[in-house]
Amino acid sequence: MCMDRRDETLRLEAERWQVGVDKSVGKHPERKASFESLSDLPIGRLYTPRDLPGFDYVEDLGFPGQYPFTRGVQNTMYRGRLWTMRQFSGFGSAEDTNQRYKYLLDNGQTGLSVAFHFPTLKGVNSDHPLSRGEVGKCGVAIDSLRDMEVLFDGIPLDKVTTSMTVNHPAPVLLAMYLAVAKKQGASWDKVGGTVQNDPLKEFFAQKSYVWPPRESVRLLVDTMEFCAKHVPKWHPVSISGYHIREAGSTAQQELAFTLADGIAYVEAAVARGLDVDSFAPHLSFFFDAHLDFFEEIAKFRAARRLWARIMKERFGAKDPKSLWLRFHTQTAGVSLTAQQPLNNIVRTAVEAMAAVLGGTQSLHTNSFDEAEALPTEEAVTVALRTQQILAEETGVANTVDPLAGSYFVEALTNEMEKAAREYIRKIDDLGGMVAAVEAGYPQSEIIRASMEFQRAVEDGRKVIVGVNKYVKKDAKPLHLLKIDDSVERAQVARIAEVKKNRDNAAVEAALGRVRDAARGQENLMYPIVEAVGEYALLGEVCGALVDVFGAYQDPAIF
Amino acid sequence: MKKVRVLIAKPGLDGHDRGAKVVAKFLQECGYEVVYTGLHQSPEQIVNAALQEAVDVVGISVLSGSHEYVFPEVMRLLKEKEMEDVLVFGGGTIPEDDIPALLATGVKALFRPGTPLADIQTFMKEHVG
Repeated sequence: MCMDRRDETLRLEAERWQVGVDKSVGKHPERKASFESLSDLPIGRLYTPRDLPGFDYVEDLGFPGQYPFTRGVQNTMYRGRLWTMRQFSGFGSAEDTNQRYKYLLDNGQTGLSVAFHFPTLKGVNSDHPLSRGEVGKCGVAIDSLRDMEVLFDGIPLDKVTTSMTVNHPAPVLLAMYLAVAKKQGASWDKVGGTVQNDPLKEFFAQKSYVWPPRESVRLLVDTMEFCAKHVPKWHPVSISGYHIREAGSTAQQELAFTLADGIAYVEAAVARGLDVDSFAPHLSFFFDAHLDFFEEIAKFRAARRLWARIMKERFGAKDPKSLWLRFHTQTAGVSLTAQQPLNNIVRTAVEAMAAVLGGTQSLHTNSFDEAEALPTEEAVTVALRTQQILAEETGVANTVDPLAGSYFVEALTNEMEKAAREYIRKIDDLGGMVAAVEAGYPQSEIIRASMEFQRAVEDGRKVIVGVNKYVKKDAKPLHLLKIDDSVERAQVARIAEVKKNRDNAAVEAALGRVRDAARGQENLMYPIVEAVGEYALLGEVCGALVDVFGAYQDPAIF
Repeated sequence: MKKVRVLIAKPGLDGHDRGAKVVAKFLQECGYEVVYTGLHQSPEQIVNAALQEAVDVVGISVLSGSHEYVFPEVMRLLKEKEMEDVLVFGGGTIPEDDIPALLATGVKALFRPGTPLADIQTFMKEHVG
């Protein structure tokens, strides 16, 4: 009865406040008729317990490390160990990038993250006609095991964990990494890291696809099965919302489409006959941290809670680790502006803080010059220092999930989960994510959202400082990192050298075994590991798979 | 009056197509006839598409750093096919320092990140109506 009286008092106080608000607004209207988040969720003036009807601490939040993991997957979070500071990096040749890795490790970075150039992401060699002008430009050029040996020269792979952002060709790059580990004498059960290997989002987000959706999911499950057996510390997939968001989705779509991809992968692995608890603890996730501070924090918290519920209720997972949504975060590349670039340092700092308050396991902070080019050493140092300042000066890492219990943050977390559930229901109705991708559903949702965002920027409803408000001509262009054409020439020459020095008959035989396995049911990782060991080129291995699977073509929807 | 036809093209292996699609949709809404090539086109494919579709304008979006190869190559091929009257513009992550050399090859305008769509419309009105 005591509760009822309190509720009644709360109602009366709220009404009293509303009278005051009406008076104030009558005299001085608010800045806008309505307020929305960056992703167009309506944002209220004030949040109180009345916005959280039926809120149940244990059921909705629980304790850190406990179901439904809203407050974080570990018991002590950053008090035990800080997040991994993992700057995504790769440019030019393997030699250039190897130097950058050593620089970052010397400066306190705690994990590596490889950015490959477009030809590698698309499964073609540097001497392919479409590679012209792109070699080493957006990442490091890797054509064969020879390049991978140079990339990790002097870096002990049983001591450092590495994340590799590559998707359809991921099994080939993972095979090369494992071959380098073997040559270093590092045993595979000590090798840790992640390969993105998230094929479905390629069709509607990053667009670095090679083969069609169903074949791409088969290869993913092959990798999952192989890693569970031979490389137990490796995360064979990082289910990624980052590219979905960067392609123009809202936060709700990012969350929903990412988890829907995850559901498709779990279903495929279970259909293969794998026990859900044998692979689910190795699943990892990757999200974007955009500028709307509270919306992003709510997104991360909702992601953990929703995934835990899906794994438990939908897939009957038993191992608590199967319920964990562990994630890497990158600040939003798309929020960087070419205009007044130093402002990007502030944007990135705020986004990084949202990721930390949202409980990320690892973080990449963008550099201020990245709206135009890959970062210079100076810019990447500022980005890394931003994380170090957050971690060691601001105190934000000292308490677990410090925003829990905020009426606003909890209400927004609920909204996020609800919106994502609605999308997931729609995707289920379409027959799951593979069928939804084939039907062009996420593609058209993202186009709609990105067009709407652009319109809001055009008419000033959404402000981008330096772009549509506080515009000022920049005094002088930034000094940018420039990759010259010599990288392309050297890379093409190295391909010729590799072809000359290897046993070409052995390569042909190995590629034949890749094709045979692709036609049948055999796990493709085994013949791929063998082919890579014979110095088969990335484009040759992917080409052998395309011979059997076919190449995917963009439907060019706009 | 015949509608002005525009080809929006994505060259190379770059998959960043948000800008290309937003511009394609916008120009369509402005009343232009828009054809989009889809991703992963070589300069030859882009010029062949421009020829087959008989377009008046080609807009090329590059976010991969390959602009110094793509634009001159497209301009060379257009000249080879005697299609110099086709208006070419571009956009994407193209550093300011690289722009003068690209404009010198005959590209009419390059729109950098943050360009309002209205600027592209003004440009189109000025050159093709």
